[in-house]
Amino acid sequence: MVNTKFTGTSKYVATDDLMMAVNAAVTLERPILIKGEPGTGKTQLAIEVAESLGKPLFEWHIKSTTKAQQGLYEYDAVARLRDSQLGDDRVHDISNYIVRGKVWEAFQSDEQPVLLIDEVDKADIEFPNDLLQELDRMEFYVYETKQLVKAAHRPIIVITSNNEKELPDAFLRRCFFHYIKFPDKETMSRIVDVHFPKLKKDLLREALSAFYKVRDVPGLKKKPSTSELLDWIKLLLAEDVPPELLNAKDSRKAIPPLYGALLKNEQDVHLFEQLVFLDRRADSN
Amino acid sequence: MLIPFFFVLREGGLRPSITELLTLLEAMKKGVAGQSVDDFYFLSRACLVKDESKLDRFDRIFAAYFKGVEDSLVDLMEEIPEDWLKKQAELVLSDEERAKIEALGGFEALMKALQERLDEQDERHEGGSKWIGTAGTSPFGAYGYNPEGVRIGQQGSRNRRATKVWDRREYRNLDDSIELGTRNIKVALRRLRRFAREGAADELDLEDTIDRTARNAGLLDIRMVPERHNAVKVLLCLDVGGSMDDHVRVCEELFSAARTEFKHLEYFYFHNFIYESLWKDNQRRHGERIPTLDIAHKYGADYKLIFVGDATMSPYEIVYAGGSVEHWNEEPGAVWIKRLLNTYSKAIWLNPEPKQRWEFTPSTKLTREIMENRMFPLTIAGLDEGIKVLR
Repeated sequence: MVNTKFTGTSKYVATDDLMMAVNAAVTLERPILIKGEPGTGKTQLAIEVAESLGKPLFEWHIKSTTKAQQGLYEYDAVARLRDSQLGDDRVHDISNYIVRGKVWEAFQSDEQPVLLIDEVDKADIEFPNDLLQELDRMEFYVYETKQLVKAAHRPIIVITSNNEKELPDAFLRRCFFHYIKFPDKETMSRIVDVHFPKLKKDLLREALSAFYKVRDVPGLKKKPSTSELLDWIKLLLAEDVPPELLNAKDSRKAIPPLYGALLKNEQDVHLFEQLVFLDRRADSN
Repeated sequence: MLIPFFFVLREGGLRPSITELLTLLEAMKKGVAGQSVDDFYFLSRACLVKDESKLDRFDRIFAAYFKGVEDSLVDLMEEIPEDWLKKQAELVLSDEERAKIEALGGFEALMKALQERLDEQDERHEGGSKWIGTAGTSPFGAYGYNPEGVRIGQQGSRNRRATKVWDRREYRNLDDSIELGTRNIKVALRRLRRFAREGAADELDLEDTIDRTARNAGLLDIRMVPERHNAVKVLLCLDVGGSMDDHVRVCEELFSAARTEFKHLEYFYFHNFIYESLWKDNQRRHGERIPTLDIAHKYGADYKLIFVGDATMSPYEIVYAGGSVEHWNEEPGAVWIKRLLNTYSKAIWLNPEPKQRWEFTPSTKLTREIMENRMFPLTIAGLDEGIKVLR
């Protein structure tokens, strides 16, 4: 059974506004740009959209050195040069040296695919501009072979960004946009629920309140996010930590166990320990 | 019906384009959104807003424009448990103020006043002037902050669907005129990037290699180039101590962002104004000073100069010899800063004080004149403007 509307999956909790944005993008066959704090499931979204709609997924992960052209195709001049030196016959056909990129692969898919362009902001500032035409018309031209590659089915394109660079207006105008905000407690317990269905209610409650307490510590450089919470709960389960320990009223045990999974920065750990220490001292007075 | 809304958005400082409006209409025609206002809100937000710092503004315009559609006040009343509010009011309000509320006709009237207050604040903020300005003077001053409290009340979110999502203003702290985090600053500073190839050649230059090989009658001739990196050079001069103590956090954030962003960053500290010497370590500021002239000679004219300071002091400290509060300066500060400005043509002054106050401080006006108007508020918007001047 293939769904036509995205409503989240058994592993992914989608809020109403996120579903609306995704469905608008699916219906109108336009790209959707997803932003949000790290660890709120931006990349995961594309994977889940593909799974829930039963479509093939193509992932294109962007690095600081990625060029737009690499997503379309690359002309492997070095291989051709080598072949020419060795006297290989392949050298006469230039199409032997055209290496297809992820966008080309997605355009060629037999059914409508999902194309993930991950962390588009990592690339050079001109990168999105170089893809405008391709995303708009869903076609591009291969100069070496004088061939026009056109998408058989317009892919559902999910683009994620961590906001490291600002994206150009012309690019933004062609996309739907959604900002994944940090989930509130209710959504968060639903998220944890789909990941750990057998989790004891009291452990979840205590873990969540300890988690939000850590997030509320002022001055943290990197606040723990959803993915860190899930890791932490995994650890708690593995270590079989009793729920009472998480939010011990007795402030001598006030540091949550295994907090290394939540705080990833030594300055944060230091700050956190100091606050707990101050807290303890205030209590003992 | 959406065309007036579209223009209201544009007037409100958002810049949706015609294509985006057409996309929205197309999506509605295809039935992406159902009949509910919530659906329409989500859809129009996804179509028309492309920047999370503008989401809050969109929420406010949407709320103001579609107020007639559903009376938000009724829902607001339902959402907040009354005794919670009472408790809150007891905490915050003095006896006198509580008497005033009684005079206003109890909590129903208070709620109305709150809502009005919230609206009023929005509008004033939109107008671009200070948005938590007169909280202290109005009779509603004390609970001028309470609209935020109302927002806290919604965190309980027992029935989330009851409140208007756009009224929750969850994106408030993403608005670029309010908060300035390290990450935001980095994004702004990144615009200063200039990529250049310098240093060791450790990358294969494919084009050149092919070209040379062809010229070499087919024999391989490998060509290398240095890697590309950010070549912008920045001189950062920070005011410390005194009136700058209020702005320590924002300066720290700017500093840490700048440090990771620029490979060539040199920083110096000064107190109130630039004189014949600066220092690099605040703990040894009296011992280890670096003559300002040495700085101008050591760092080339291609450095971009950024001053960070509130420029709030006595004007004597700028224009008179011996005006400095810390020592006897042979030449006035204005002379020294002009020397630096002569060397570095690209220079700006970032001021953490709100822009409205500049006019009322003579020293700030004076500094601004010396800087030839290149003074910008230390907000993301101000930083953006400043960076444009530096480029």
